[in-house]
Amino acid sequence: MDSEALERRFQARIDADERIEPKDWMPDSYRRTLIRQMAQHAHSEIVGMLPEGNWITRAPTLKRKAILMAKVQDEGGHGAYLYGATETLGVTRDALIEELLAGAAKYSSIFNYPTPTWADIGAIGWLVDGAAIMNQIPLCRCSFGPYARAMVRICKEESFHQRQGYDIMLQLSRGTDAQRRMAQEALDRWWWPSLMMFGPPDADSKHSAQSMRWKIKRFSNDELRERFIEFTVPQAQYLGLTVPQGEIDWSEFRDVLDGHGPCNRERLAARRRAHEQGLWVRDAATAYASRQAARKMQAAS
Amino acid sequence: MSAQFQADAHFRYVLRLADANLVLAQRLGELIGHAPALEEDLALGNVALDLLGQARLLLTHAGALEGQDRDEDMLAFLREQREFLNATLVEQPNGDFAHVIVRQFLFDAWQLEIYTRLGASADPQLAAIAAKGVKEARYHLRFSSGWVVRLGDGTGESRARAQQALEALWPHTVELFDADDIDRAMLAQGVGVDLGAVQAAWNRHIDTTLAEATLTRPADRPWRWYGKRGQHGEHLGRLLAEMQYMQRTYPGAAW
Ligand SMILES: [Fe+2]
Ligand SMILES: [Fe+2]
Repeated sequence: MDSEALERRFQARIDADERIEPKDWMPDSYRRTLIRQMAQHAHSEIVGMLPEGNWITRAPTLKRKAILMAKVQDEGGHGAYLYGATETLGVTRDALIEELLAGAAKYSSIFNYPTPTWADIGAIGWLVDGAAIMNQIPLCRCSFGPYARAMVRICKEESFHQRQGYDIMLQLSRGTDAQRRMAQEALDRWWWPSLMMFGPPDADSKHSAQSMRWKIKRFSNDELRERFIEFTVPQAQYLGLTVPQGEIDWSEFRDVLDGHGPCNRERLAARRRAHEQGLWVRDAATAYASRQAARKMQAAS
Repeated sequence: MSAQFQADAHFRYVLRLADANLVLAQRLGELIGHAPALEEDLALGNVALDLLGQARLLLTHAGALEGQDRDEDMLAFLREQREFLNATLVEQPNGDFAHVIVRQFLFDAWQLEIYTRLGASADPQLAAIAAKGVKEARYHLRFSSGWVVRLGDGTGESRARAQQALEALWPHTVELFDADDIDRAMLAQGVGVDLGAVQAAWNRHIDTTLAEATLTRPADRPWRWYGKRGQHGEHLGRLLAEMQYMQRTYPGAAW
């Protein structure tokens, strides 16, 4: 079959809501788009461990500490799972991580914002995990099988995270003046970046149309953003907090995306440091494994 | 011995176990998101979560024994350094991965043997906590001893780092086996365990794993500053300053 016919048949399968599996034929551009998107998603989970990890040692109660530890663990698990799903497309996790560390791969810009107070942990769970769910629920029906299945599993945990985050905010909003102020300031900090998580306005969105045809994307950025706002504003009202008024500042979005956010450097530096300091550890594991293999060979001969 | 001493000894005995778990969980918590590889990040995080879970059960039990209405959070966040009764081993800073692993290994082998025996404690609460903890400790020891072997029998660098960590941490193991009045009183009551037997079993874990790792067991040297008596070095104060920051800054607030 010529490539045009293959592509027609591929699109017909997608139109019929069939799942594409790793061994199936797929256009190169579909594969590249998925690798980019899934790797970005995996990187976001891993980098996302940092702003919240910032509060593990200072969580105000042991119960909150345990919940936060488990949450950050979950995000690491999501990362591992998504790297695994991306590897089915013929790339290696090591190569993807190299790209992240080299600054060549993107991750969600939201994690370039700092968590100066405990309330930021509440706001991240409530808003950032909340926005992630809005983005990811449609992905559970994404045309690429491994990605769709990863999303089903991940979405379940994200909704726990969202509830736990909201619970932190609820407790703060019923607390002292200092706690209510902390909660409001965290909402002020995270509101706009959360809305930016849905990506640029539809008119400026580069990849949207093709991704829609491939059913990698099912709703437009603006649709999902609107849905998130409708869902979240009443929750803020229930907390007695004020949702910031105004317009999204898209120049801030572009700046942070281009590397000029408040924590871009720290985030990448932290990942690089862990990777570099782990080099001798990984070398030791490799050396030990090959020595063990040699011993086994010797014992068998 | 007076009933007052007995009650206080029981409280402190449980608190020692609780604090060891809490402080080590806090140390491991510093590493989450920063470990040498994703798998190790997840594994160390799991250990931290288990230890924190045990700490919470033990602190709650200690609070009940004390009878002063102190809950797990009051005990964790509102005590001073001198009131913390963890062995100094667990408060040692993370340092490199070799320090993290060797500290964990020395601790896991000890905890496994303690919990194994505490399962038969005359304190039913403590016995139940130990019975749950023993499964976790066995798993933790498998992880940490596996890494001790890989580091020791890995590269020249990993071997040197592991040996260095072993030498640095070794003195802090002395108090783990040196029974004092509290240990003796609790053993006599059937609440606590025989540290002599724990040491013999611990030695077997250590010697077997170090041999496989081609590492050298450090010489025993005197060490007389015992965390279990509240004698800590300079590291615990900072750990507590960080851990207790919120409760100290906002007294009385609920979170
Ligand atoms: Fe996640
Ligand atoms: Fe999450």
